[in-house]
Amino acid sequence: MQLAKEVKYLIHKEVLLEWRSKYTINGILLYVVSTIFTCYLSFVSLGDKLAWNALFWIIILFASINGVSKSFLQETKGQQLYNYILASPAAILISKTVYNIVLMLVLTTIALGFYTMVFDTFTPPDLLLYYVAVVMGSISFSTVFTMVSAIASKAGNGGMLMAILSFPIIIPVLILLIKLAKNAVDGLPWENSYDEIGMLLLVNVLTVATSLLLFPYLWRD
Amino acid sequence: MNKIWWKILGSMLVIYTAIAGLLLGVPRLPIINESIRNLYFHVPMWFAMIVLFSISVFYSIKSLSTKSETDDLKAVESVNAGIIFGLLGLVTGAIWAKYTWGQFWSFDPKQNFAAISVLLYFAYLILRNAIDEEQKRAKISAIYNIFAFPMMVVLLFVLPRLKDSLHPGNGGNPGFNSYDLDSRMRMVFYPACLGWIIIGYWVYTIRFRIRSIENNQQHN
Repeated sequence: MQLAKEVKYLIHKEVLLEWRSKYTINGILLYVVSTIFTCYLSFVSLGDKLAWNALFWIIILFASINGVSKSFLQETKGQQLYNYILASPAAILISKTVYNIVLMLVLTTIALGFYTMVFDTFTPPDLLLYYVAVVMGSISFSTVFTMVSAIASKAGNGGMLMAILSFPIIIPVLILLIKLAKNAVDGLPWENSYDEIGMLLLVNVLTVATSLLLFPYLWRD
Repeated sequence: MNKIWWKILGSMLVIYTAIAGLLLGVPRLPIINESIRNLYFHVPMWFAMIVLFSISVFYSIKSLSTKSETDDLKAVESVNAGIIFGLLGLVTGAIWAKYTWGQFWSFDPKQNFAAISVLLYFAYLILRNAIDEEQKRAKISAIYNIFAFPMMVVLLFVLPRLKDSLHPGNGGNPGFNSYDLDSRMRMVFYPACLGWIIIGYWVYTIRFRIRSIENNQQHN
């Protein structure tokens, strides 16, 4: 019960901090929109629906790396110490992950809307399944990148390390996501996608479990 | 004699498989033909790599609780030895692919996933180089190592089964099961796996000893 209270408090703190500055959400939003617009200007029209799908995931991948890596890299030493005194490591990790999931859900939903508006030729016939893939993507990117950004921030060498460490880990997830999204683009029935959805859930449970086990060791200096 | 028997065993097994693997009879299967012999030289590399990476994860977990420098050195040296076997596995696979599929690298899912899992361990080594303070390095790299290991298992054993691959054993191509029916191949394949795992472990112990001597010299 103590944990739930701490998590609730920490999430409230994160949202409040974000609401005051609105830096991350506006920054990433502008990032996504301008990337999509740049892609639109350079491609004008995409050749086929496979390219449509791949381009969307690449944009989301980079946006989420930038967005989620903020969570630990941005904090100062003092803030970390303050959190360390106040809350248990598990509560900190869970609150950051949940906050990132919510943030990514908002961002990817807006991005998907804008993307289908700009590149409207290949809008998937099964938009609901595509949205399920996007939701799964937001969750998976958040769980993986939160832990990796914690590792990168402790190593004290921000941006580049974040990219190197997270890419090999995220590629298997990304492949599953693109396959799931491709099913939606091709308009296959839902039964064909249960395998991928199950695998993604499994990978997420695995990631969260190992993160929860390892984070206390990482947190303690 | 007590300590070196396994080294002799490993060397004898690898010499035996090198000779027997090239000379003994093999079943004639369509497409792969004589290149089936690569089974003796390609697959054991992956087994050795997996064993070495598992040793590394074991010592990473241990070093988190004991905080001893020895455990950290063991973890990094087994990764170093494992990467050698991973690269050898990629190379032997690529040479085989040149003669069977026509290209060294044809973006087969198995090739890609194997390459990514080797990248994962290169990232581990770069992470180590990025941190100067020894205890901090031991702790953070151990955490990344443990975090990455389940992903490598997913990459190498789960994902390739979801994708269409030309690799033997996938998508209706002849694979392990049809080889296993042939006892002549089993006579060479199992010793080859055991032999290469032992050689890999040997490489790891030598590297670890060199590293710990260097480490002692630095401290004194």
